[in-house]
Amino acid sequence: MRFATDPFGRKSNLPAAHRRNSKPLSLRVPAPKFRPGDTPDFSGLNLSAPGAAARPEIDAPAASMRALAFDLIRVLDANGQAVGPWDPRLDVETLKRGLKAMQLTRAYDDRMFRAQRQGKTSFYMKCTGEEAVAVAQTLALHADDMTFPTYRQQGILITRDYPLVDMMNQIYSNAKDPMLGRQLPVMYATREYGFFSISGNLATQFSQAVGWAMASAYKGDDRICAAWIGDGSTAEGDFHHALNFASVYRAPVLLNIVNNQWAISSFAGLSAGDGETFAARAIGYGLPALRVDGNDFLAVYAATHWAAERARANLGATVIELFTYRAEGHSTSDDPSKYRPKDEAQAWPLGDPIARLAQHLMALGTWSPADQAALEKACEVQVRTAQKQAEANGVLGSGQRPSPASMFEGVYKEQPWHILRQRQESGV
Amino acid sequence: MIQALNSALDVMMARDPDVLTFGEDVGYFGGVFRVTEGLQQRYGATRCFDAPISEAGLVAAAIGMGAYGLRPVVEIQFADYIYPAFDQIVSEAARLRYRSAGEFTSPITIRTPYGGGIYGGQTHSQSPEALFAHVAGLKVVIPSTPHDAKGLLIAAIEEDDPVIFLEPKRIYNGPFDGHHDRPIEPWSRHPAGETPEGYYRIPLGQAAIVRSGSAVTVLAYGTMVHVALAAALESGIDAEILDLRTIWPVDIEAIVASVKKTGRCVIVHEATRTSGFGAELAALVQEHCFYHLEAPIARVTGWDTPYPHVFEWEYFPGPARVGAALRRVLEG
Ligand SMILES: Cc1ncc(C[n+]2csc(CCOP(=O)(O)OP(=O)(O)O)c2C)c(N)n1
Ligand SMILES: [Mg+2]
Repeated sequence: MRFATDPFGRKSNLPAAHRRNSKPLSLRVPAPKFRPGDTPDFSGLNLSAPGAAARPEIDAPAASMRALAFDLIRVLDANGQAVGPWDPRLDVETLKRGLKAMQLTRAYDDRMFRAQRQGKTSFYMKCTGEEAVAVAQTLALHADDMTFPTYRQQGILITRDYPLVDMMNQIYSNAKDPMLGRQLPVMYATREYGFFSISGNLATQFSQAVGWAMASAYKGDDRICAAWIGDGSTAEGDFHHALNFASVYRAPVLLNIVNNQWAISSFAGLSAGDGETFAARAIGYGLPALRVDGNDFLAVYAATHWAAERARANLGATVIELFTYRAEGHSTSDDPSKYRPKDEAQAWPLGDPIARLAQHLMALGTWSPADQAALEKACEVQVRTAQKQAEANGVLGSGQRPSPASMFEGVYKEQPWHILRQRQESGV
Repeated sequence: MIQALNSALDVMMARDPDVLTFGEDVGYFGGVFRVTEGLQQRYGATRCFDAPISEAGLVAAAIGMGAYGLRPVVEIQFADYIYPAFDQIVSEAARLRYRSAGEFTSPITIRTPYGGGIYGGQTHSQSPEALFAHVAGLKVVIPSTPHDAKGLLIAAIEEDDPVIFLEPKRIYNGPFDGHHDRPIEPWSRHPAGETPEGYYRIPLGQAAIVRSGSAVTVLAYGTMVHVALAAALESGIDAEILDLRTIWPVDIEAIVASVKKTGRCVIVHEATRTSGFGAELAALVQEHCFYHLEAPIARVTGWDTPYPHVFEWEYFPGPARVGAALRRVLEG
């Protein structure tokens, strides 16, 4: 028998013939199905029927519910009826509160996007089409549970009634900006509202949230924690650190993956291989996973509530994939028509979260198109009123801003000599 | 400068099938700053492609490809996002040649836009060059014109050691001199805005004298070269301005020759001051030119704070601050 040598010249103990490929290797580079000019067609998506996914008990072992990492939890059917075991049976008041918070989030996004276009600020990011994620999840948590969001969960602040004017003050980096003009727009932070400081560096919050939850458990607290991450960002190490730590320490944390199909110009297939789901990432870590229709307010609420109850019962973390679609550009710096079909958002088969919840309320007989129009109007007025107030405190470039000397503060608790000297040198 | 960088990649991919490029959004889209535009169309998806959002992963993949014998050029979307890859760069790419006694090397280029001036806040504005200059085994390059950008990038790709190639994003589209309230100048009106067609290289390790003078030496790189030029013009001081171009290994001969001639030295960078690259330059100048110095060396830098969004122009070391340092050093 003839033996081959390996690249280091050592003898291999496999016969040469076994070491040859019948064909040369080739490098696979994945690509999305549709690019500009193509007609988007989502008929191949594997979507469970509304009501079809099973609902386990909260103390069911993770291994017994693996199917839920591949199914899609859906409650609202095509007619706006709530069906199946995941129906959270919410009262009409909570439903309307959710609808209003989603509508207000959308109105806020529209105004702030426009403000950027008018040169009143440098940057903005909308969450259009994904409002149910932050809003329904926040409603399913307690008001004092902690959140570690990304830049696309402004709906948390709006649902928790953080003042719109303060959010706008941050967007404008003006004299009343709670972040003192230091941060890029949308990088809010507020301890009082349980909203961790958003980082520009993707994914970092995901593993930090696990640490917060471990601290809560260590202290015998009863608050839990929720974190969010985008589909693209799950490729970062921090995502995997989070799942591992959450699993090892059984941390009371909800690990939410917002799969809006895009990461700037990169499609979701770049961060999870073909045919895989993001929820399935949890399986290798021994964590339960729920894959949810992210545009279905009721399904999002129900899945979040289930995971929150599990965490509160000291049964540990749950990974939730929120299957949705980024209906607009990544940010004010982006032009999505360069990399995806213009009408892809319209072709998205899971619809719009606001329209679907409104339809449900109409099916219940407690809402009408006129009510919806009135709500839209009311939200717009509320946002405009807040905007006037915020703009009275200045916009970017207006000169109304925190004192320049403040830029030297807060690097450390106390200002060391070198920063003091630099402030003096700067003349501010 | 964007077209110049694109052209460097194009030239090298055409010359050498072992050159390929990847990074976040660089494939179909052509990069968020458009530096890789058209390359996927021209060379196919296996030579210019998107990477998952994993800086550690994509640098590690480049190291592995380099170990095989390829010459990968990876893009980190913003220098501010290079830190997840820090371990791969510092512990792996930089030391591979040394620790394996030359069995393996890292002929990789890591391109990344850096610097402020675009209202990017603290995560789209940083200048981390000193972190890499500090690491044995890395070369660090920063161009200040399209002409240099193309020639230096070609040289970086041909380099057999790992190169951190930092691109001053504020001057991607024109030579910005720090006067943010004035209209933007396009590169087309700048003499070094022209880039020759085809292949040419600017060897690493060579500084350029962009203005000769006799009163004081200014050491600068990237955007700050243009700021220093404006400061010299506006102050009327006959400064000699050196564009270092390669941060490390720095052109010590050019620095020493100039400082010995002028007897004075001002160092300008946008990065924070403490342990910034200016500290190394100041140490080198005093080691080599102490008896020629007629005044203390001055540093003009970003302040030791994160880059603040609304105070960008108080933070940015503009021509007024550079001019004041020139005067101070001349009086000293
Ligand atoms: C560490 C790091 N790398 C790269 C970036 C640049 N970047 C900002 S957002 C983004 C895409 C994120 O996509 P995804 O995680 O899917 O979230 P989405 O924007 O869709 O909500 C990228 C690449 C960054 N901010 N941080
Ligand atoms: Mg995404």
